Amino acid sequence: MADLTFVRTQMLPPQEAPGAAVGAVRWMRENLFDSWLNSVLTLVSGFAVVWIVVHIYPWFAQSVWNASSLQECRAIIQERFGEGAHGACFAVLRERWQQYLFGFYPADLYWRPTLAFFLMLAALAPVLFSGLPRRMLWFSAAYPGLAYWLLWGGSIFTPIAIYAGFVVAVLAHRAVAGRWGGLAAMIVAVAALLIWWFYLAGPVARTLAAPGFFSLRPVQSNQFGGFTLSLVIGVTGIAFSLPLGILLALGRRSDMFFVKTICVGFIEFIRGVPLITLLLVASFLLNIFLPPGTNFDIILRVIIMVTLFASAYMAETIRGGLAALPRGQYEAADALGLDYWKSMRLIIMPQALKISIPGIVNNFIGLFKDTTLVAIIALLDPLGLTTAIRADSNWNGIIWELYGFVALIFFLFCYSMSQYSQYLERKLATDHR
Amino acid sequence: MTSVEMPGEPFRLSQLIYDTRYRSLTIQAVAVILFMLAAAWLVNNTIQNLAALGKDFNFGFLGSRAGYDINQALIPYTNDSTHGRAALVGILNTLLVALLGCIFATIIGVFFGILRLSKNWLVARIAAVYVEGFRNVPVLLWIFAIMAIMTEIAPAPSAFRGENATASMLFGDSVAITNRGLYMPWPVWGPGWQIVVGTFLASLAAIVLFGRYARRRQEETGEILPTFWIKLGLFLLPTLLVDFALGGPITLEFPTLERFNFVGGGFVDKALIALTLALSLYTGAFIAENVRAGILAISRGQTEAAAALGLRPNRIMSLVVLPQALRVIIPPLISQYLNLTKNSSLAIAVGYMDVRATLGGITMNQTGRELECMLLLMGFYLVISLLISSVMNWYNASVALKER
Repeated sequence: MADLTFVRTQMLPPQEAPGAAVGAVRWMRENLFDSWLNSVLTLVSGFAVVWIVVHIYPWFAQSVWNASSLQECRAIIQERFGEGAHGACFAVLRERWQQYLFGFYPADLYWRPTLAFFLMLAALAPVLFSGLPRRMLWFSAAYPGLAYWLLWGGSIFTPIAIYAGFVVAVLAHRAVAGRWGGLAAMIVAVAALLIWWFYLAGPVARTLAAPGFFSLRPVQSNQFGGFTLSLVIGVTGIAFSLPLGILLALGRRSDMFFVKTICVGFIEFIRGVPLITLLLVASFLLNIFLPPGTNFDIILRVIIMVTLFASAYMAETIRGGLAALPRGQYEAADALGLDYWKSMRLIIMPQALKISIPGIVNNFIGLFKDTTLVAIIALLDPLGLTTAIRADSNWNGIIWELYGFVALIFFLFCYSMSQYSQYLERKLATDHR
Repeated sequence: MTSVEMPGEPFRLSQLIYDTRYRSLTIQAVAVILFMLAAAWLVNNTIQNLAALGKDFNFGFLGSRAGYDINQALIPYTNDSTHGRAALVGILNTLLVALLGCIFATIIGVFFGILRLSKNWLVARIAAVYVEGFRNVPVLLWIFAIMAIMTEIAPAPSAFRGENATASMLFGDSVAITNRGLYMPWPVWGPGWQIVVGTFLASLAAIVLFGRYARRRQEETGEILPTFWIKLGLFLLPTLLVDFALGGPITLEFPTLERFNFVGGGFVDKALIALTLALSLYTGAFIAENVRAGILAISRGQTEAAAALGLRPNRIMSLVVLPQALRVIIPPLISQYLNLTKNSSLAIAVGYMDVRATLGGITMNQTGRELECMLLLMGFYLVISLLISSVMNWYNASVALKER
C-alpha cells in the first residue's frame, strides 16, 4: 500500500486578495456600503450632490464677465446659450471689485492700502511662525504706526510721536527703578507715558510736521470701505483684545475684591448685550458720555467698541485656560520666589494661553465675522456695499454673484485662521500621548 | 485692618506699598478711586451734554402715542398704542424668533453633528461642508442672502393662478411659499375645542405618570415595559378619539387664492422666515460641532465596558453614552442659545420688528431719547442673558459629578 501521508515542505505562495477586498472597491465597501442603511444614505446623498452640481454647473459655465448691467448680461446669455438659459453675471464683480476691496478710497492712492496689507502679512509672519528670525518682531511692533500712516495719510511724525511715548516711559522707568524700586518706577513710567501722550505728543508732532517732510495726502475715514474697512476693524480689534482680555481674566481671578468685582461686572455686562447695541451706543450715544465738544472718528469709535466686546469674550476663554492649570503650577511659581507678574509671565500664562488657543482663535474668527455688523450703522463694509449695489438700477436683482463673492472671501480668511490654530495646537502639544 | 498689625512694630507709610499684607488694600483703594472718578466724569459729562441739548432724563415717553405700525404683533397693537406697548410687541417678537430659532437650530445641529460622525465617508463630508461653510461666513450675510432669495426668487401670489401657473403649492395644495411670506393651514377653534385640548393635556400628564410607573416597576422587578409604543399611543389616541366623538371641533383652514393674494389659513411674514432660517442654520453649524465634540469626549472604554456587561447597542447609547455626552454638550448648547438670542437683534436687516427695531429703532428716532431707549434695550438683553446663564449654572450644578 502506498504511503498516502503527505507533508508539505515549502510554503505556498500567498494568494492575491479577492478583488472585493483591495483598492477602490474595498474602500467603497468599507466606507460607503458597509450596511444597508449606509448604502441608502450614500445613494441619497450622492444623488443630492449630483443634482446640485448639475444645476449649478451651467450657472458657472454660462457666465458673463463683460457687461454694464444685469439686463445686458441676461441678453448676452440668451443670445449665446439659447432661450431660457441661466448664467452668472460676474460682470458686476468686474465692475465693482475695486470698490469691494477699497470702498471709496481715492483711486490714485490704492497702492497705500495694498502696501499696508502686504506689510501686514510681513509683520504677522514672525508672530505666527516661530522659525523666522526674532529680530523681525521689531518690524511687527512698528507696523501699527506705519499702517496708520499709510491708510490715513498725514505726517509720519504723528505715529512717531505716539511711539516716542514708549521711549519716554522706558527712560522714566530706568531713571526711577534704581532709586525707589519696581512699583514706584512702574507708576512713574505710566504717568510719564500719559503726560507725554496728552500734553506733549501733539505739539511735538505738529512742530516736526510743519516743514511737510514725509507727508502723505490725508484720507478721511468716511472714504474707507469694503474689505479694507473689515480688515482695519478686525485686525485692530484682534491685536488689542488679546492683551485686554488677559488683563481682565487676571482681574477676574484676583483675590482683591474690588478689582474682581469691577472685572466681573464689565465682562458680564459686555457678554450680556448684543454687539449691535454697543455699536448703536458708539454711533448715537458716545458723544453724550464724553466732554462737550469732543467728536471723534466713527471708525475709531467702532474699533473701540468691537475691541471691548471681543476682550470680554477673550477674558472668559483665558479664564478657562487659567482654571484648567493644576494648582501645583501656581504653588511651584510661588515656591521659586517669583513675584506675581513674573510668575504669570514665565509660568502661568504660557501654559494657560496654550490650553486656550482653540478658544482664542474662535474668538478672533467671531470678531472678524462681527465686523460686518457695521453695515447696520451705515458704514460701507462688504455687506453694506452689496446692499448699495443691489439697490443700483443697473444691478437690481443680482444676488448670488455678490453674496457668494463676499462669503468666499470671509470663508478664506476664517478657514485659514482655524487651520492655523490647528497647526499651532499640534506644534505646541508637549504632552506625550 | 488693625488686627493684622504686628505687635511692637510701628506702622510706617511705606508699608502700604512694600508690605504684601497692605499692598492689596492700597491697590484696591486706588482701583476704586479711579473707577469712581471715571464714573463721576462720565455722569458729569452726560449731565452737561443733556443740559446743553435741552433734554431731561425720564421714561415718560413710554406712555405717549407711538404712531407707527408694526407689521407683525403677537398682542393687539395699533399705531394709537403707546411706545411702551410697541416695546412690548418688540420684546415678544424677539422672544418668538429666538424660540423658533433655538428649536430649529437644535434639530439641525443634532442631525448634522451625528451625520458628521457617520462612518459613511460621503455623508460625513457633506456634514463637514455644511458646518465649515456656515461657521466661517458672517451670520448677517446669511440673513441678507436668505431674505434676497425670499424676495426675488420666491414666486409672487399671482404666479399660482391660471392653467399654466409657474408655481404650485406644496403638500397637496396646503402650503404656499410666496415672495410675501408663507401661507399655511391654521386651526379653527370650533365649539368644544376646550375639551379636546383638555384631553390632550391630560394625556400628556398620563405619559409622564406612566413613565414614572414603568421606571419604578423596572427597578423593583427588572421587567422592561414597551414604553415607547405605549407613550406614542397615549399621545395620539385619546385626543383623536375625543376629537372624532365631538365631530371635529378643531378643523384646519386652508389658504386659498383670491383675487390678489392668498386668503385664510395662517400667514408667516417673509422677514420672520428669513431671520429664523438664517439664525438656525448658522447656529446649527455651531451646535453640530458641540454635539460631535460631546459624543467624541466619551472614551471608548465606556462603550466597551457597557458592551462587556451585555447591553445592546441602542441601550449602550441611551444608558451609557448619551447621559455622559449630554453633560458635555448642554453648557455650550445653552451658550449657543444665548448667542442666537443676541444675534436676533440683527432683525433690522430684514425689517423684522423686534425689540431692537421698535424700542431701539423707531421709538428712539421719534422721541430722540437715545439714552433711555438704549438703557432699556441693554437692560432687556442683560436680563435675558442673566436668566439663561442662571439656568445653565443650575443645570451644571445638577449634573456635576458627585465626588465622594
